Amino acid sequence: MMAFLRLLARNRLALAGGIVMAAVVLLALVTPLLPLADPDVTDTANRFKPTFSEGALLGTDHLGRDLLSRLLWGTRLSLAVGFAAAITAATIGAAIGIVAGYFGGRIDNVIMRGVDMLMAFPYILLALAIVAALGPGLMNALIAVAAVNVPFFARNIRGITVGIAHKEFVDAARLSGLSDLRIITTEILPNVVPVIVIAMSTTIGWMILETAGLSFLGLGSQPPQADLGSMLGEARSALITNPHTSVVPGVMILVIVMAINLLGDGVRDALDPRLKSGALSRPRAATTVKRDGPVPAATGAGLLEVQDLRTEFHVKGRSYRAVGGVTLNVKPGECLGIIGESGSGKSVTALSVMGLVASPPGVITGGAVRYDGEDLIGAPYARLREMRGRNVAYIFQDPLATLHPLTRVGDQLIEAIRVHRPIGAKEGRAKAIDLLDAVRIPNAARRIDDYPHEMSGGMRQRVGIAMALANDPDIIIADEPTTALDVTVQAQILALLDDLRRSRGLAIVFITHDFGVVAQLCDRVAVMYAGRIVEEGPTAAILDTPTHPYTARLMACVPELGAGKRRLEAIPGLPPVVDRLPVGCAFADRCDRTQPDCRAGEIDLARHGARAVRCLHPVTPLREAAE
Amino acid sequence: MGGYILKRLVSAVPVLLGITVIVFLIMALIPGDPATAILGSYATPENVAKLNADLGLDRPLWQQYFVWLGNMLTGDFGTSFALNRPVLDEVLERFNATLVLAGTAFVLCAVLGVAAGVASASNQYGAADKLITFVVLLGISIPSFFLGMMMILVFAVNLRLFPVSGMWPIYGDRDLSALISHLTLPALALAVVATGVIARLARSAMLEVLRQDFIRTARAKGVPERGVIWRHALKAAMVSIIPVLGIQAGFVLSGAVYIEIVFQWPGVGRMLVDAILRRDILLVQGGVVFVAACYVLFNIAVDVAQGLLDPRIKT
Amino acid sequence: MTAALTLTDLSKTFPVGRTLFGRSTASVKAVHPITLTVERNETLGIVGESGCGKSTLARMLVGLLEPTTGTIEIEGAALDNADPAVFGKRIQYVFQDPISSLNPRKTIRQIMEAPLKRLHGLGRAQRAERISEIFASVNLREEFLDRYPHEFSGGQAQRIGIARALAANARILILDEPVSALDVSVQAQVLNLLADLKAEFDLTYLFISHDLAVVEAVSDRIAVLYFGSMVELGPAEEVFRAPRHPYTKLLADSAPVVGRALKAPEGRETELPDPLNPPPGCAFAARCPRASERCRAEIPGLTEGAGGSAAACFHPLA
Repeated sequence: MMAFLRLLARNRLALAGGIVMAAVVLLALVTPLLPLADPDVTDTANRFKPTFSEGALLGTDHLGRDLLSRLLWGTRLSLAVGFAAAITAATIGAAIGIVAGYFGGRIDNVIMRGVDMLMAFPYILLALAIVAALGPGLMNALIAVAAVNVPFFARNIRGITVGIAHKEFVDAARLSGLSDLRIITTEILPNVVPVIVIAMSTTIGWMILETAGLSFLGLGSQPPQADLGSMLGEARSALITNPHTSVVPGVMILVIVMAINLLGDGVRDALDPRLKSGALSRPRAATTVKRDGPVPAATGAGLLEVQDLRTEFHVKGRSYRAVGGVTLNVKPGECLGIIGESGSGKSVTALSVMGLVASPPGVITGGAVRYDGEDLIGAPYARLREMRGRNVAYIFQDPLATLHPLTRVGDQLIEAIRVHRPIGAKEGRAKAIDLLDAVRIPNAARRIDDYPHEMSGGMRQRVGIAMALANDPDIIIADEPTTALDVTVQAQILALLDDLRRSRGLAIVFITHDFGVVAQLCDRVAVMYAGRIVEEGPTAAILDTPTHPYTARLMACVPELGAGKRRLEAIPGLPPVVDRLPVGCAFADRCDRTQPDCRAGEIDLARHGARAVRCLHPVTPLREAAE
Repeated sequence: MGGYILKRLVSAVPVLLGITVIVFLIMALIPGDPATAILGSYATPENVAKLNADLGLDRPLWQQYFVWLGNMLTGDFGTSFALNRPVLDEVLERFNATLVLAGTAFVLCAVLGVAAGVASASNQYGAADKLITFVVLLGISIPSFFLGMMMILVFAVNLRLFPVSGMWPIYGDRDLSALISHLTLPALALAVVATGVIARLARSAMLEVLRQDFIRTARAKGVPERGVIWRHALKAAMVSIIPVLGIQAGFVLSGAVYIEIVFQWPGVGRMLVDAILRRDILLVQGGVVFVAACYVLFNIAVDVAQGLLDPRIKT
Repeated sequence: MTAALTLTDLSKTFPVGRTLFGRSTASVKAVHPITLTVERNETLGIVGESGCGKSTLARMLVGLLEPTTGTIEIEGAALDNADPAVFGKRIQYVFQDPISSLNPRKTIRQIMEAPLKRLHGLGRAQRAERISEIFASVNLREEFLDRYPHEFSGGQAQRIGIARALAANARILILDEPVSALDVSVQAQVLNLLADLKAEFDLTYLFISHDLAVVEAVSDRIAVLYFGSMVELGPAEEVFRAPRHPYTKLLADSAPVVGRALKAPEGRETELPDPLNPPPGCAFAARCPRASERCRAEIPGLTEGAGGSAAACFHPLA
């Protein structure tokens, strides 16, 4: 709760809204105690007195009643009715929504058909019909406004409840012996309440507007009693001659509703977990670069050279060092594997190459990425865009999420070509079919008109590969391209990638967490841990004689098919969090070979021949392993 | 696609029937009896009973409903006792005027709202975003009837740029330019709130979409940023914007009631409010059912548009 | 000795598609009738690719889904009504996603107390004692009890999920991909913990996974599922070493193995059969190099072979 209030107060607009709202509510509460004229006593002799006149600070209306007094009493009434309508609608709507969403099936069907029926009316028609039936009056207006809002709440809360009711923790609660009622009150409700609060805080202003509206039409509060809406309604006939009688209540409504909306937005931002984590930021076209240090000079090693690359995530004053100085190179036609566990920085390294790390929060803070000697980190966006897909192309993990869901796969392929060179419609289509053929999609000419959801996971990933091939790039960066696929499909995709690389002379950077995949596909492999490369070398050599304790033990953790039932090796503990990295070796806390010097300071990547390791006490001495 | 449209049309039938039931039931709640209301409090009991029998009000409720429904299906919505005119004639004439006003406002708010939302999102936390966010907040906080009154005061009374009220000049030609000058202020006043709501939604829908993986794919292909925003992101964002356009059309129709009162626009909303205050039940009933039915049909069009955009729906 | 778990003709059919009047237009057989016995203190591994029905099967076993046909017997006693609270005392579930299986708004203590209170009606002091015992067995510190789920890593959260299942005092655990959301180094920790718990509490496991090597490492017997049917069942050391069903062989050949050359085990590019329109015969026939006319017309039953493995195939390997 305190954390929520602190978050809310940090939002300056919400704070302003909150202060204004508090002042208005306070004023409404103390109105009966203030020395005001009776709001309903008419004095036609003193009608339409202007603002700031003697005895009537805001002037008087068409019957000579004191506007200030009527304004405060009207505000009191409008607020009370607005809040009452909001709470009534939210309570009833949420109850209906939770019941429908939790029980589902027939109950849900019947309730939601009813809700659909009510939502088939433009809301005011329903409100007018209700007022017509019940007769004009403030209470009836309140009922009408609450009633027309119930379906909105019910539908919203139902959607959220369905999502929660299918979560695994609800199943777990069922298996723990909880009854339906208890599940609703202890599992569902606590997770729905924030949504109800958000929905209420964002609609309460609107409810005040609506009740004021009905009063404005003469269907709400009846004379002589006035709320803000009826004051405005009565003042309308004198709009041209005495505008102040209209402006006073109108501005008051505006101020109240605006304050509530500001506050409501603040409440929503503070309660919405996605906004809390800053995730709703729009990623820029290219990763932000803030390089302080000197740019490493080109060494000419390989077609793609990553030199001392540093990429950080800046979230709320903390920096997470996702990539902390990675140096790699890839030669034409070579396949380099980067292997590591989640959070090791392998994907961020790969995405940094073409500036595709989401930014904010990602920032490239140092190093260089060179394609054929040209530094891409410092390159302007236009140059980067030109090279994306044409020189360096990507294949991503989940082929359903990475293809545009509403565009035919053929059109997505043609676009990939067209952004780099002009191509006619007919030629584009022919080329797209060629590409689908190249990735061995059966019936390419027919499947080109499919949408992604009409294809299986394996076929979609083939489209992803075809798209990467569209402009004959020299390098393909594949970021866990088979992780989301079944093992039989994975085997097909890996075989395809291997064939393509040999037939087209492609260089591939292959990101994975699977030693089996690396062993089958990659010439060389780099092992990453906590944002750094800890070991690098020819794949066969590393799998045969790992030197870094992490590599050795990680390999031991992986069960291998054909070895039968057995106890697996485990690495105790967890990888360090990358915003609080220890001094020295990041693996020291989990390692059984740790000596005091491991924690003393930076440990360099020692090189010998084709092998490199970042360890002072390797499992096998590097020199020995290299030979 | 044809099958999908047909399916949606068929599924609208129970909704339309439900609407008539709801309206009928609400109207049946009205205390007192219509005959007394029509004849006045000095009517003799015999006269009241006779009128009740003439109107069929002495029959059971469900029979009354089916008689009423059957009459409506044959185009007989009854006669407004206050106007002494067939309800349908009055509603059709008034609905025309509302359609001109609400239709214009809807087009305005859809175009402006989506454009503002996209501009805001593609420029997140920039100056344009902040300005748009503030204007939008103002827009959704101001009562449309108050805005309308202020517009009259400033643009019609003080600056004399537009007429104060009405749909047509009292003297002079009823041509397009006359209509446009009368339409400008009320259409703008009506569009403001919905524009704000749509702009807010479009902004958050765009921000949501721009974080998706397929946007990264588009960038990795080398699609220029303008293409990423307008071709890739907006297309996907429209999936969540279009249903809201449907809901907002209902809000525009609703807001038209206030605007018609403020600007003396001869539309169906003003007619309904007058009818309620005069307790002209048949006119209220007929008007509500007619407008609601039109809104249901409009929403089918929205669903079909959604189906055209999103191939995943049609199955 | 009675078996821990006996399934007889257990199947599940889901209705799909709805007409205007709410009647379903078609149905999908997610699980074809399965008959299976799991002995006490055994670990039965269940492998299959996505959509093979392994999760549907698991959810039926704990009463979260009502079977369309068939019966479930636990330790000789039939459970015929789908009431998770009745199932809960005898058979428990460990979920795939450790974080989302814990209510984000409850403390770990509240989560742990639910089964003790609701299933066993223990008093406050007894509950505290049980929780201490269980936490000691799963190597969790008691100070974790007053924290919320989001403060834990995946491996820790999965231990909490296992602890909750133990609290119900059930002797059979369904482990539904319990390590597939975890990194390899943590995965081994959890697998070893499961092995220790099994010995300590005399448990029976049904271990569901898509990872052949993991299943092989933990199981006594393995069942292979394809398209809702059990196509092979045999001793763990035999199933992948000497597969009898061509699909099992395809699975084994597809798994990336260090030291084996890369080649596509399937020449043709194939897709799974359409569940709305299942083939009349063996579901694997379209992908199978050994398929005959009979395979396309008739569904093969499970038959025992020489090595102790049973395969549902007319032309088994070996």
